[in-house]
Amino acid sequence: MANKAFQKIYTQLEAITKATVSLKASGVSNDELALVDGRLAQVVKTKGDLVTLQIFAGTEGIPTNAEVVFLGGAPTLNVSDDLAGRFFNAYGEPIDGGPAVEGKTVEIGGPSVNPYKRRQPSQIIPTGIAGIDLNNTLVSGQKIPFFADPDQPYNNVMAQVALRADVDKIILGGMGLSNDDYLYFKHEFEAAGALDKIISFVNTTEQPPVERLLIPDMALTAAEYFAVEKNEKVLVLLTDMTLYADALSIVSNRMDQIPSKDSMPGSLYSDLAKIYEKAVQLPDGGSITIIAVTTLNDGDITHAIPDNTGYITEGQLFLRTDPDSGKVIIDPFRSLSRLKQLVQGKKTRKDHGQVMNASVRLYADAQNAKTKLENGFDLSDYDLRCLDYAKAYATRLLAIDVNLKIDDMLDTAWELFGTYFTKAETGIKQELIDTYWKGN
Amino acid sequence: MKTTGKVTGIVSNLVTVEVNGPVSQNEICFITVEGTKLMAEVIKVNGKNAAVQVFESTRGLKNGDMVEFEDRMLEATLGPGLLSSSYDGLQNDLTTMTGVFLQKGEYTDPLNHEKLWDFTPIARPGDKVVAADWLGEVKEGWLPHKIMVPFAFKGEYTVKSIAEAGQYNIDKVVATLTDASGEEVEVTMWQKWPVKVAVKGYQEKPRPSKIMETGVRAIDTLNPIAEGGTGFIPGPFGCGKTVLQHAIAKQGDADVIVMAACGERANEVVEIFAEFPELIDPHTGRHLMERTTIICNTSNMPVAAREASVYTAMTICEYYRAMGLKVLLLADSTSRWAQALREMSNRMEELPGADAFPVDLSAIISNFYARAGMVVLNNGQTGAVTFIGTVSPAGGNLKEPVTESTKKAARCFYALEQNRADQKRYPAVNPIDSYSKYLEYPEIREYLNETIMPGWVNMVEKAKNIIRKGKEANDQINILGDDGVPMSYHEIFWKSELVDFVILQQDAFDEIDALCPLERQKYMLEIVMGICDRDFTFEDFEECRTYFKELINALRQMNYSEFKSERFYEYQEKLNNLLSNGK
Repeated sequence: MANKAFQKIYTQLEAITKATVSLKASGVSNDELALVDGRLAQVVKTKGDLVTLQIFAGTEGIPTNAEVVFLGGAPTLNVSDDLAGRFFNAYGEPIDGGPAVEGKTVEIGGPSVNPYKRRQPSQIIPTGIAGIDLNNTLVSGQKIPFFADPDQPYNNVMAQVALRADVDKIILGGMGLSNDDYLYFKHEFEAAGALDKIISFVNTTEQPPVERLLIPDMALTAAEYFAVEKNEKVLVLLTDMTLYADALSIVSNRMDQIPSKDSMPGSLYSDLAKIYEKAVQLPDGGSITIIAVTTLNDGDITHAIPDNTGYITEGQLFLRTDPDSGKVIIDPFRSLSRLKQLVQGKKTRKDHGQVMNASVRLYADAQNAKTKLENGFDLSDYDLRCLDYAKAYATRLLAIDVNLKIDDMLDTAWELFGTYFTKAETGIKQELIDTYWKGN
Repeated sequence: MKTTGKVTGIVSNLVTVEVNGPVSQNEICFITVEGTKLMAEVIKVNGKNAAVQVFESTRGLKNGDMVEFEDRMLEATLGPGLLSSSYDGLQNDLTTMTGVFLQKGEYTDPLNHEKLWDFTPIARPGDKVVAADWLGEVKEGWLPHKIMVPFAFKGEYTVKSIAEAGQYNIDKVVATLTDASGEEVEVTMWQKWPVKVAVKGYQEKPRPSKIMETGVRAIDTLNPIAEGGTGFIPGPFGCGKTVLQHAIAKQGDADVIVMAACGERANEVVEIFAEFPELIDPHTGRHLMERTTIICNTSNMPVAAREASVYTAMTICEYYRAMGLKVLLLADSTSRWAQALREMSNRMEELPGADAFPVDLSAIISNFYARAGMVVLNNGQTGAVTFIGTVSPAGGNLKEPVTESTKKAARCFYALEQNRADQKRYPAVNPIDSYSKYLEYPEIREYLNETIMPGWVNMVEKAKNIIRKGKEANDQINILGDDGVPMSYHEIFWKSELVDFVILQQDAFDEIDALCPLERQKYMLEIVMGICDRDFTFEDFEECRTYFKELINALRQMNYSEFKSERFYEYQEKLNNLLSNGK
């Protein structure tokens, strides 16, 4: 932190709310950090000589004569290779008992990459999960969230994906993590022997919610260091972005802003986009891939947070429990990877796209058959075959505990087609049928 | 003397400036922050205080920082070299910027002032001209780019002299004009125009009378858009808005395409950067990029510039329209632009309208759509700006302010539907809710019947009717069960599936199927409707289903084969066999 000796000190607050304080001060710049009664705060508004500061740790117990010291700049992080293997809080301070990191001091939340200088993402990140690799292939430089209800094992799935993914660095940004989940991640990373390529920025539920607002920028500033300066492939995990957005709404509410849909600030889209758009494939080979978690309220994706997220991210992965097989699957209907066509059939076998579409279409037919069954109607032979197929498809491919290579996933799908359907029923291009059809 | 001022308040990118002289609404100013000049626009004035929206991050800005006003509105620079360029929302050339990251306060010139162009004069000394009249021409790629009397010129001028044919850069004075009072003005190859003001300079704006081919069956066959028409594509995320828009951009029958990526994903723009230079325009055989301008203000770029981006794009379109060209503007997505308006209105503490959007949202949107259209130029030639915007309705719910306001302004509606997308029935355009008002225009109906085939419009209406009836039949089947309805229900349902699978659905990622020219659309619709006209007798619904699935399969294989190739005819033969052995 900057030298306090030459800083002007203020001791008279004009107003205090639950998240902000206001005082008269001069020479203050927008986004500048300050210490209010020893707590970190940031300038969010100036009007004449009245300055409003957002206090990250909350304003509980702050007196009107609190000491306010302006620190002369926006929040920063020291970046160097020493970040690897370390755990930090929202301010970028070590929480693992180790020494402070030395390195270049950079402002967090820096400028955007010139879209013209970006490269088109083209490298697969295989995960072994067919719900991802087969149906919603991940590509480096992509940003994609898990949409999951709070009772689903999203953090476990994310940890599993992260540890299987072939990347140089994994950066965890934990917002409102329960202490148990924090320890889970720590344990999983240690158990995998991967600690040296992992960096964590963690805000737990025990810490003030507004602090969370710093986590994504901290994590992504570290990611940019490794991706831009070291040309590394970096995977950033952000969980849970719903709690991040909740913190945004707290601050905007305290600043008397008019809320838009679902009490969220009108700028929610831009606020989330600023984070997710840090995902990038850089010209010199480095990349930042973001996998996030957005928890849903009872599967409701029309809520402003998942809704805005869906418009920003390159797809979404829905977790749901398949009632027939009892397994947690990645829902083939609502899940989508927008970048999959950049690699499907190009970096993978040429039947990939059509196999994926046909298998999902037939799974949809099974859902129709199920509706019929529930309404008490007789099922046709085709309906019955669809139902059998759906169960096999969910168990052998969609379930998240399956770990296969992509070619094996495709072969499994052809095997299922051959078992349950005729060639015409799959609607697949003839030349692919000629090459890959299994069965008669 | 220029008006100046100093910063007195900051909330995010809304800055209050105390001014020492006159300022006008939408005037551009520059704020100096630590030696860097940031561009901003006046959006409200109250006494000596002007509220300005800054087109950049305001981090580090202080009260007391100096502001200089420019006495002009936000302008686009118009001249040869716009095509195949990539700009941000303020028309900075993204390709000439240094560094991987966008630097605050880095502004680049939209046009290359060194490049030489082959100029040929059109006007002759002594000619009487007004704004937008053609003085000369250069070749921009393969397009004739007209050098015009600047749009801002008022009244009639006489051409005093005009440059000879030759190679010049855009700063060359190519004509000298004399105004009514005898004063001389010089005209170079480029001009500026305020983006928020519609370009006039034409005689009239008649009703559109032709359609613009897109190669997408769900549009051209079912709900065609007119040349100079307007349309919009609302849809929840994941329904294929962008894929559909890119398909239209690649295949649309237009001379010039302007794509405004407004507050959307950067990787989608990268896709355009990566693919367009490789792709060939199916209508001219030239590289797509040669006829394309990209305006790109992605979601992480400053919000105020996002609002400007759609206006910059429209102004460039109007400029090319004034040359007698067919221009297509695609904006993805207009909802992001509306959100940018909402953010500013919110910071200015205006009383909000529905969903916290500004109350004049509807008026702003319809004003913008009204800038599209076909025009008859002063010299009798025609030009057109066709505009298709996407809308990203919150929660996929079409009853929200942006969709509703756009519905009032646009003439074509292509509703993308979650349900169809879930079933991978792409493009997920709902065939029942979508419409084209142009199909009601007698001149368009006549045009279609003349250029495609006699009776075309009736055939299309019949196809739509089958889809509607098929949906009703399917609802009944779902309620009463397969056995609970007469066979005719199954038959009509499967006829509607035939239309759906063969005509509506189209594989945007298949090399052949992606582009379906009108001739081919006609060929396929005739076959499909021929089948729909037949009466079949089936033993049971299972037989009906199997039979139609086979028909659909043969027809889809035709869609995947090169038109009228050997393979194509093979599948048609197969289809004919099915039909002649049929029921």
